[in-house]
Amino acid sequence: MARGLRFLVLILSVASICDAATFNPISDSHRSAALELFTPTDGSLKSLEETFEALRTFEVLGIDKKSEIKGYTCPTVVDTLWSPSSALKDLFQALRVNGVLKCELNDEVFAGIASRLKDNVKDANSLLDLHYSIGSLKLIKGQTAEVDVHLEDADGIFRAIKALSQSDGRWRFSSNNPESSTYAAGIALETLAGVVALASHDIDQSLMDTLKQDILKLFDGIERYDDGSCYFDEKLVDAQGNWGPVSASSSIVRGLTSFATSTPESLNLPGDRVLCLAKFFLGIGVPGNFKDLYHQIDALASLENNRQVISIPLILSLPSSVLSVTRKDQLKVRVNTVLGSAVPPLSVKLMQIFTSGSKDASIIDQELKFDPETKLHVLDALPENVDVGKYIFTFEILLHDPEHKKIYATGGRTKVSVYVTGVVNIDQAEIAILDSDLGNVETKKRLDLTGENTIALSANHLQKLRLTFQLTTPFGRAFKPHQAFLRLRHENGVEHIFLVRSSGKNFEITLDFLGLVEKFFYLSGGYDIQLTVGDSVMENSFLQPLGYLDLDLPDAPEKAARPPPQPVDFSSKYGPRAEITHIFRSPDKRPPTELSFAFLGLVLLPLGGFLIGLLLLRVNLRNFPSSTLPAFFAISFHIGIAAVLSLYVVFWLKLDLFTTLKALGILGISLMFTGHRTLSHLASTSAKLKSA
Amino acid sequence: MARSSTAKDAQALIQSLRSAYAATPTNLKIIDLYIIFAVSTALIQVVYMALVGSFPFNSFLSGVLSCVGTAVLAVCLRIQVNKENKEFKDLPPERAFADFVLCNLVLHLVIMNFLG
Repeated sequence: MARGLRFLVLILSVASICDAATFNPISDSHRSAALELFTPTDGSLKSLEETFEALRTFEVLGIDKKSEIKGYTCPTVVDTLWSPSSALKDLFQALRVNGVLKCELNDEVFAGIASRLKDNVKDANSLLDLHYSIGSLKLIKGQTAEVDVHLEDADGIFRAIKALSQSDGRWRFSSNNPESSTYAAGIALETLAGVVALASHDIDQSLMDTLKQDILKLFDGIERYDDGSCYFDEKLVDAQGNWGPVSASSSIVRGLTSFATSTPESLNLPGDRVLCLAKFFLGIGVPGNFKDLYHQIDALASLENNRQVISIPLILSLPSSVLSVTRKDQLKVRVNTVLGSAVPPLSVKLMQIFTSGSKDASIIDQELKFDPETKLHVLDALPENVDVGKYIFTFEILLHDPEHKKIYATGGRTKVSVYVTGVVNIDQAEIAILDSDLGNVETKKRLDLTGENTIALSANHLQKLRLTFQLTTPFGRAFKPHQAFLRLRHENGVEHIFLVRSSGKNFEITLDFLGLVEKFFYLSGGYDIQLTVGDSVMENSFLQPLGYLDLDLPDAPEKAARPPPQPVDFSSKYGPRAEITHIFRSPDKRPPTELSFAFLGLVLLPLGGFLIGLLLLRVNLRNFPSSTLPAFFAISFHIGIAAVLSLYVVFWLKLDLFTTLKALGILGISLMFTGHRTLSHLASTSAKLKSA
Repeated sequence: MARSSTAKDAQALIQSLRSAYAATPTNLKIIDLYIIFAVSTALIQVVYMALVGSFPFNSFLSGVLSCVGTAVLAVCLRIQVNKENKEFKDLPPERAFADFVLCNLVLHLVIMNFLG
């Protein structure tokens, strides 16, 4: 019998080791994420729906942005509520935003909308239409007392919504859509809560009973993770991909809490279900998109502020799950609600400690001391048998007031994985060269593995290399690290890694070079020796060079294997390329400016000579046409030539060839015309002279 | 004795050349002057290149070719305008001048393009 019991305990402990995970309550990282994700683009948020989600998230997280958002959102809200053509969904979202912002509106608006919504409720046949209409009516009820929003035929509406439910507790969006959805179940519950709240008389009790059965069925289909969290999965996929486990679970939580709040009766939901849902929402951390963040925060807020109709989950978390025995860290535990607020008086007990990888647990049953200043439960000293390593600690939360046990869900024992780290002592490190046959010690050097070593050894193929050291934990027990490797690296890059084996505290490796010559590819020469000892709980893990070994091996026989080609260094293959420095031709040496100017003057000199020569030859302009028209053509001809030459100068300075040729074409035509007229005039004049 | 006679001969030669050239029509003299102007400008540029170096080589080439080209064109003009040349008797000098202007414009378009 006793043996059977022990076996059962063993199985239970193995099962419980798997589900140790830490869930931390909502913290400042959520606040900064919210501020980052809900940033208005171009001065306003995209839609009223998004605005509401932002407002709700900020409200829960205690961020005051209301007055800022009110400025640019209220006009939209008022417009939407006044407009007779607004869609149902827009009305609903506007009323939700107004519920938070309290924009200036009179009862007349609400009365108008309420009568319209009531008509809609009668004709509606899809779940979303009913959800928007009834949700809006409920919101109006909350925003003004003057408008009558009571539903006459509440039983009928209740039945209409209930008709869409499925046998597994899920809901359909409309009667002509056969697919059922978990998200829709949450919506339906929320709508039914609205119907109950708006009903002018009590709802038929049998209807309520069947609904409670539906809710329990829904919880039967809950999915579980190994770490103790659970969620509602969404089978139906929408086109935008908006629905997933987060939105579905959030929708269920919202529907459930609002339904539970609206009815006086208890739903009798087990506390651990609520706690595991809370763990799911905390387990997703800080979501990267605002929809998920809203769903997470809203669901957690619904769980926390549910007016005690369902259990309020309490979350046990460790500020630090790494404890150092060298620094004598204390084990600290914090208990909060999901949103990180204060909890009723309670005490925390450390029940069991499991060593990771081994099946036995040590029973502790020790109460942690509560520090009222830091609101932490502290264990002064770790139990005796806790050495460095990975452990799973089991805690239990004990509420002081027995009444509170009905209100809060603590989920029994909570398992948290804890790393206990410490500085591992390294002693008696030695490296020696031995003669192979007799085992005589040739050379022996002590090593200081906590400091730097630069030993130089030499050996041939008839000798052995032996490395020994001891590892002990701070409590003097043997310590076996994850990694203990000796690495020999030849000058040309070929490296060999050997595992250092241990027996108890002692670690020893002996390399017999005679047996290793083949493995070493007969490569004589210098080898770098490197020792790696590492573990996640070892605070002084190291990877350090020990020194240098000059190995003398026989020459390789012809058939010996060649050393493998060295692997390509990936950092050089995919890393940045070497920077290219562009070498430009250095500009040629220029002459001094004075010389160039002197030659410019010299080049102009022949021009002066030419002009003087013209004067000496007594050149005149007598032949220049004197009558008006030919003179005009002659002048235009000369101006034309000058224009073409100046065009060339401009071409040289800035124009391109095509522009120049276009301009040249136009100039050329006029030049040809004037030139022809001028020259033919001159020709006719000279012909007249000749004939005369 | 021989030297003085050589000098005298040279003097006589130059004398006769000058007198012969004096008879050349003025318009041909103008063209000659123009050719001398162009060729001497080209020579100065060549001297500059010899002294300083040919660094912007295309600029140097275009400068020299501009001068040489225009000198060659002027020589052609001179041949066509000269009345002694029976070959071009029917060609009016105005037509020759028009050719000269056109060729110069085309030549300098190329030169400017090459100048860089």
